[in-house]
Amino acid sequence: MNAATLSGELVVSGLRKWYHRRDQAPVHVLEDCSFRIEPGKLTVVMGTSGCGKSTLAYILSGYIKPDEGQVQMDGQPVQGPGPDRIMVFQETALWPWMTVTENIVFGPLARKSVSRKEVTQKALELLRKFGLSEFKDKYPGQLSGGMKRRAELAQALINSPKVMVLDEPFRGLDVMTRELMQEYYIKLFEETRLTTVFITSELEEAIFLADRILIMGNAPSRIVSSLEVDLPRPRTFDVLASERYLEIKKEALEVLFSESMQQAD
Amino acid sequence: MEASWWKNRKFWLMWAGYTGAVVLWYASVKWLPIESFNRLPDPWTVVWEWFNPNPAFGISIFTPNYYVHILYSVYRATSAFALAVLLGVPLGILMGWNRTFNAYASALVGFLRPVPPLAWVPLAILIFPGIEIAVIFVTFLVAFFATVMNTYVGVKSIDPDYFRAAASLGSKPRDVLRHVIIPGALPNIFTGLQIAMGAAWFSLAAGEMIAAQYGLGFLIFEAYNLIQFPTIVIGMATLGIAGFISSAGIRVMGNRLMRWREQSFGLKG
Repeated sequence: MNAATLSGELVVSGLRKWYHRRDQAPVHVLEDCSFRIEPGKLTVVMGTSGCGKSTLAYILSGYIKPDEGQVQMDGQPVQGPGPDRIMVFQETALWPWMTVTENIVFGPLARKSVSRKEVTQKALELLRKFGLSEFKDKYPGQLSGGMKRRAELAQALINSPKVMVLDEPFRGLDVMTRELMQEYYIKLFEETRLTTVFITSELEEAIFLADRILIMGNAPSRIVSSLEVDLPRPRTFDVLASERYLEIKKEALEVLFSESMQQAD
Repeated sequence: MEASWWKNRKFWLMWAGYTGAVVLWYASVKWLPIESFNRLPDPWTVVWEWFNPNPAFGISIFTPNYYVHILYSVYRATSAFALAVLLGVPLGILMGWNRTFNAYASALVGFLRPVPPLAWVPLAILIFPGIEIAVIFVTFLVAFFATVMNTYVGVKSIDPDYFRAAASLGSKPRDVLRHVIIPGALPNIFTGLQIAMGAAWFSLAAGEMIAAQYGLGFLIFEAYNLIQFPTIVIGMATLGIAGFISSAGIRVMGNRLMRWREQSFGLKG
């Protein structure tokens, strides 16, 4: 969109995290997790369920603090949640008691960054772009799964974040809706080039969307492999039939396979 | 629903229920061979007394005294209830929101809540000037605890992601309170208010029997002392109606404040 969106670099170094529960041995989730999220790129973090992907997402967003290591955004250490790093949740976090429009304008109004009139105008534009104009005064409970995800994207984008963190955003959608959302989302990304961390457990989704895939190992996990996905953009589902796609898939499967073999030992 | 109420199964079942209850009452009073049952008035005697311009025992819808009792009870119940809501909802919200505050308050609430309301009556009469405030205080107590506990549970049951999303978007505590906590806890708060209102009428009736000169509870107890059976039943029925109306009022207000729920659930059928 403009030069400002090219900022949004995340440098993650040496993250270690344990979960402490009463009367139980601490669970070691992350071990020496280090990587860099490049600005303007879509980085997919992939791993099996329970490997600590969500924990990583919550640390990047600033909701939980790591026991060791730190996250830096554009050179500044991340201290807590903020509107420059917006997370789209696994389960929808649209507030069910607000209409779609109220949900979207909430952030800018809470920060008092703009007038209500201006922000409502902007919200309506986003809703039109996301095909939700008719639903602007509906409550989230009246929307379908795919519509909710689009409304959430609008709710995040109106704040002009520097980084978007999406934690398995399309989980729980049926296959058709999921593919539509992937196609929809990739268009949106290619248009905005917003630095994105996309978390998923599905390999096809990962390769289709990503510029780079970071594969997480089993818990306590670290990044075990980093794959460049050099498929051409703009992407359509046609790339899934290309030779390069199959090569990348094979490479990724090998990493995932050797990881799961290690666990079996 | 409007045009074809006579085709509505629910409507007829409801009336079948009412009719059944009246028949059961009549049958057990008239036909059961139990002497203590046979002394009770049948439905017609009560209705006859209730709607009689010259009631045998002095209380019917035509006597001003009847309304004095009702007004006293309604005044006590509503003021106790209003006080419970005014103090209970903020306390419940604070307890749900702030762990430190909860640690202080839950000890006190946990200790006082199990004390039955009527056990407070003697102390309340000794503490407060006049019986009036004592009766209201006892009524207030039960309503208060029901409100506090349900509000607290309501705040606790809000999905943590709703707080996280608000924090991400840069909201201040005031926004969180107004746009996340209050609407999020509202369904439970209103459940609490329903329970509180019911509990308020319950302990009010008991309180009035022990310590009052007016009110429906007093009316029932006085009629008992004077063995005026129909008046006892009139007092009971009036309490029932008052409780039903106040409960329905709270429900209507709740539905109006939580339109989002109705609409969301309506879609799913």
